[in-house]
Amino acid sequence: MRRNARTHVSVIVVLLAWLSPVCGAPGPEERGLDIATEADRRDTGYGDYTAHLRMILRNREGQTSERLLRVRALEVEGEGTRSLCIFDTPADVKGTILLTHARTDADDYQWLYLPALKRVKRIAGRNKSGAFMGSEFAYEDIATQSLDKYTYKWRRDEVCDGNACNVIARYPKDKRNSGYTRQVVWLDEKEYRTLKVDYFDRKESLLKTLTFGGYRLYLNEFWRPREMNMVNHQTGKSSQLIWSDFAFRTGLTKSDFDRHRLTRIR
Amino acid sequence: MRVRILVALGAWVLGVGAVDAGELSGYVSVEARPFFHDALYSGQNDDNGSVAARPEYYHEFEDGSSITFIAFGRVDNADSERTHVDIRELNYLYPGDSWFVRLGVGKVFWGASEFVHLVDIVNQTDLVEHIDAEDKLGQPMIQLGISKGWGNLDFFLLPYFRERTFPGRDGRLRPERVIDTDEAFYEAASEERNVDVAVRYSHTLGECDVGVHFFAGNNREPLLIPSELVPPGIVPPGAVTEPTAVPFYDKITQFGTDVQWARGNWLWKLEALHRDGYLDDYFAAVGGCEYTFYGLRGGTTDVGLLSEYACDERGDDPTTTSVYDNDVFFGMRVTPNDTAGTQLLMGYMQDVDESENLLVVEASRRFGENWRLSLEAWLFLNAPRSSILYDLRDDDFVRLELAYYF
Repeated sequence: MRRNARTHVSVIVVLLAWLSPVCGAPGPEERGLDIATEADRRDTGYGDYTAHLRMILRNREGQTSERLLRVRALEVEGEGTRSLCIFDTPADVKGTILLTHARTDADDYQWLYLPALKRVKRIAGRNKSGAFMGSEFAYEDIATQSLDKYTYKWRRDEVCDGNACNVIARYPKDKRNSGYTRQVVWLDEKEYRTLKVDYFDRKESLLKTLTFGGYRLYLNEFWRPREMNMVNHQTGKSSQLIWSDFAFRTGLTKSDFDRHRLTRIR
Repeated sequence: MRVRILVALGAWVLGVGAVDAGELSGYVSVEARPFFHDALYSGQNDDNGSVAARPEYYHEFEDGSSITFIAFGRVDNADSERTHVDIRELNYLYPGDSWFVRLGVGKVFWGASEFVHLVDIVNQTDLVEHIDAEDKLGQPMIQLGISKGWGNLDFFLLPYFRERTFPGRDGRLRPERVIDTDEAFYEAASEERNVDVAVRYSHTLGECDVGVHFFAGNNREPLLIPSELVPPGIVPPGAVTEPTAVPFYDKITQFGTDVQWARGNWLWKLEALHRDGYLDDYFAAVGGCEYTFYGLRGGTTDVGLLSEYACDERGDDPTTTSVYDNDVFFGMRVTPNDTAGTQLLMGYMQDVDESENLLVVEASRRFGENWRLSLEAWLFLNAPRSSILYDLRDDDFVRLELAYYF
């Protein structure tokens, strides 16, 4: 009798374990991926955009320096986003251009145009953890957050910034070259906008926090933040990105993001 | 006369700028070049100081076409040849859908490697500016560029030739014989008015950027002919008071290629050419790789290790200005990715056949938003008598430059 009851219990446990992903609540991995997929879906289809970017770098003592750049980006179906960063200041790097062809499942293609020499240099696409323009943003932080570059796990739901939020963790698939072991992301439940990201370094300690503010809706469909604030907890430095002059569907094409075009862009 | 026309053109361009707002940018700089040893040759000054400016004006018209004007000038206290002005660019660009035309004085760069720029032939080297040969003179051109799915084609018509600049009698970093640029002579009867042509095809194939080119016209790299061997009639009798070296520009045809290949942390580079001219035809190549450690020890500093190998069938022929006949290069690039944009590059060259070697260190960083300080050192560690660097054996120098960018 006793033996029978035990058998029943184990059968039920096995059944439940087998059934739960099918008809019960999804597991945290699946739920995390669902949230990330939905956020990605909502941000797909904008076509192209151009924008101005002001970058304010603050050191530990609070001294600031500023950079101005212009960004152009194009979605390419089945590949990834192509983007141009054109530097306007500091004056000694004026006219320098970074061209990136993001790839969903491999190292990005990258080129750097040096205007003084009129030279286009290929950059090894593995550069992920490097600092962008001396800021607290790494290349992988400003790169397009391609869905396939991470695995996901739902953590919890909580209120943040007055919004009901999903909190998910994402783990870079390219463990060797990412500067992080994981990122914890807060997305609001209603619009799937990223409100906050915590970055954990290779020693699993909290390295940086990125917060977003001033979201605005473009084309009635796409949310873009006005401000992005990155604070490095370990160095005390911070970097702020202020976006302006967004224009969508400006008619950019693949040829605007060709390496050969770099010598003619201003 | 020509200078006057260019100045007038420049003034006109700047005048246009005053009317409809264009963009004015550029830099002014002061430079000091202390040399470690006393000058070897009579007439040479020991050290030099100079000031330079490179204003740049750009204006875009409503139809998308644009004009670019970049002037350069330097005043040097030691070498009158180094006191010079040049129109680096003064051109009109008209873009079409998948093509463009550039008319006027322009600058293009071809190449991939770090230490030697072999295939970069369109613009003449402004060698008096810097021994690294990276400064170029503006080249009058008509360029037609076509971009399609199959790649990019560029056609160049180069109607006027620019002669290479060399340090003068007073300057350091010159051979024992003063290079008499005033007596330069040509193989082409049309001399500097010879219309040179160039075609380049380039394409990006995934991780690889490939270019191939053809060039026919005046050689950018002159042969340096001892004045006593220069055919009579070129140099007026009695004009030669001492043995000099006279640049001779032959006619060449050249085929070449340049390749950049990025994979993982690796960057592979290759430049190769075949050149047929007045002397025997020859083959030359430079190739190598760069491996970058990103975010060294969890920080933000990138360290790149470079190695390249250059070979040239001509060997160490002193009548050519080619140094890199059978040489290896090792280098290290350090990029801290800091706010000051600090850069450091160290390079070491070793000739495989002889003891000739060379050490170069380049470092620079920004101060504030507009200043950049550069420090360079060139050490001709060993320059045996048979080496082309022999005449520069005592010319080890440091170059310190402070530039204000606007």
